[in-house]
Amino acid sequence: MEVGGIPFGVIFGALAVAVGISPMGAMGLSLLVFAGSAQFIGVNLVASGATIPIIILTTFVVNLRHVLYSVTLAPFVKHLPRRWLVLLGFMLTDEAFFTVINRYNQPDESPYKHWYYLGSALSMYIVWQISTLVGIIAASAVDSEQLANLGLDFTLVATFIGMLIPSIKNRPLLVAAVVGGVVAVLTYSMPNQIGLIIAAICGVTAGVIAESLQPDEKQEEPNKEEVLNAKTQRREDAK
Amino acid sequence: MNEVLLIGGMALVTFLVRYPLLELVGKIPLPDRLFRALRYVPPAVLAAIIVPSVIMPKGEIAITPQNPFLVAGIVSALIAWRTKSLLLTILIGMITLFVYRAVFNV
Repeated sequence: MEVGGIPFGVIFGALAVAVGISPMGAMGLSLLVFAGSAQFIGVNLVASGATIPIIILTTFVVNLRHVLYSVTLAPFVKHLPRRWLVLLGFMLTDEAFFTVINRYNQPDESPYKHWYYLGSALSMYIVWQISTLVGIIAASAVDSEQLANLGLDFTLVATFIGMLIPSIKNRPLLVAAVVGGVVAVLTYSMPNQIGLIIAAICGVTAGVIAESLQPDEKQEEPNKEEVLNAKTQRREDAK
Repeated sequence: MNEVLLIGGMALVTFLVRYPLLELVGKIPLPDRLFRALRYVPPAVLAAIIVPSVIMPKGEIAITPQNPFLVAGIVSALIAWRTKSLLLTILIGMITLFVYRAVFNV
């Protein structure tokens, strides 16, 4: 699974340098933030001239889904000392979560599952750093103007499309996406990309309202554990 | 752009959504409504980024065949829908963009 991160790390490193972030800065983002989609969105915002507070606020909103992951994992790791939780929390990415929850859901009572978590997360971390570095070096070797003209920024859009479409599994999720997209277009001319935050809030609100208007669908929805198992299963299949 | 501030801020808010609940859950109760609402964050944010990038790549709405990003975006969405494969979506989306631009010179 770590292999899947390699192209994104390389693309991230190249893209960050292409939009004018220094090689050190690009490396610093991967080393300290370590959040693929948030890093991509951050670079996208830097390119569109957003201010630092807007970028940080957007990073926060984009990363909010991690709250779901940490809440799901918390019962499994609550016996660990704080230094472990700090480390595991820092390295809690989408990929790490789906890999690790799969291990925790296996019926055996191994007391060393947190070592599996650490090992998986650490290998993902190392792969992300190396691939970012490769991207930075590659981009520094090419003229950045040339790189921008290649349409590499569309890689990012295609990545998001590939993440969004399969995640729309019911009508409230579709409503959230449609409203988010439409409001983003309507608010596009607002300064500093603040429209993105407004669109996100409108989309989430619309999704919640759509869900409350559809009591039947909510009952049919599988419980959280089944959803997680199905997701991890699909990831296994995709390997 | 102050990169130290940018990286420090992004690192801090990212850590603050990942770590504290790992520590606190089981010790304090959190409203179920909050977690239900959080599920709508990814689709809303992703769509809010994708739609303007695709239909208004130059800042003005361009729903025409002359807009290669729109064409490549639609192809990517179809691939994502049919295959559910992230790598295939990116690969075919990029190829579509390059080929469409080269053939129609847009």
